[in-house]
Amino acid sequence: MRNKIFRFTLYFKVLFMDKQKYLDDIRDIKEIMERSSRFISLSGMSGIMAGIVALIAAYLAYKTVYTHQDYLDYRMAILNSETIMILLIIAFMTLILSIGAGIFFTSRKARKQNHKLWDRQTKRLLVNLSIPLCTGGILCLMLLFKGYIGLVAPLTLVFYGLALVNASKYTLSEIRSLGIIEILLGLLAFHFIGFGLIFWSIGFGILHIIYGIVMQRRYGS
Amino acid sequence: MKDLLKDLNKAFENKIRLGIMSALVVNEFVDFNNLKLLLDVTDGNLATHLKSLERKGYVTIKKEFLDRKPNTKYFATREGKKAFIKHIQAIEKLIK
Repeated sequence: MRNKIFRFTLYFKVLFMDKQKYLDDIRDIKEIMERSSRFISLSGMSGIMAGIVALIAAYLAYKTVYTHQDYLDYRMAILNSETIMILLIIAFMTLILSIGAGIFFTSRKARKQNHKLWDRQTKRLLVNLSIPLCTGGILCLMLLFKGYIGLVAPLTLVFYGLALVNASKYTLSEIRSLGIIEILLGLLAFHFIGFGLIFWSIGFGILHIIYGIVMQRRYGS
Repeated sequence: MKDLLKDLNKAFENKIRLGIMSALVVNEFVDFNNLKLLLDVTDGNLATHLKSLERKGYVTIKKEFLDRKPNTKYFATREGKKAFIKHIQAIEKLIK
């Protein structure tokens, strides 16, 4: 009888330990699949910095477009070749600063985690991000020079969102929901045309900061 | 119970071999250095396990030169993928 009980407990012990081993195996498999096929060094800090840069840029753009006007009156966007030039310079600076911050913080994170930054996953991510993004960028430039300035802010949001959704297969899964929100904001901005800059500040400024903080908490800096 | 154990593949019992297959089934290929970084193992250790998977016919190799440095790419064969998926399914059943 005692022998039977002993064998019984032994059987359960083996079964239980095996189960733990297989649970570990499954966890390892998932982790390696993630790490080998996705770009996961994306830093939350770069999102926060890009958001801050975008808010400053939106403020400068606002000052440029609505210059010399009474705050309480109806405000009209004043556009001439000079203000368009200033807007383009602001846009260009914003782009350079955000990309710079992104590269800086992401490569720092990759170094900390001992990952290689420039590998196949990174290239695949960038290519898939660039296709919708460059299309949108070129389209917006064309529209800007034809004078359709009101369409530019909503369109940048829509195309940025599409680019994120497209790239999300190759990086952290949160990027997908960020992309979908950007698309929705862009569509809303089309509806409430004239408030483009406000939607743009929410999409590129506030959302980036929120997502940056969430990623920072979830995945570390 | 016995049926379940039968589907478990001895070739994937080892952690490193399990890791190698996990990386290869979700990627077209992975080169030696990336596998090393991914699994955090020594050259010799990784090479031994790759060799044994190769002998089983689960992995194939393609040797190339990148900037005059030898670069070995590893691919999971169709058989390897099939065997690995079967192994995972067996584990999942066991856990349930």
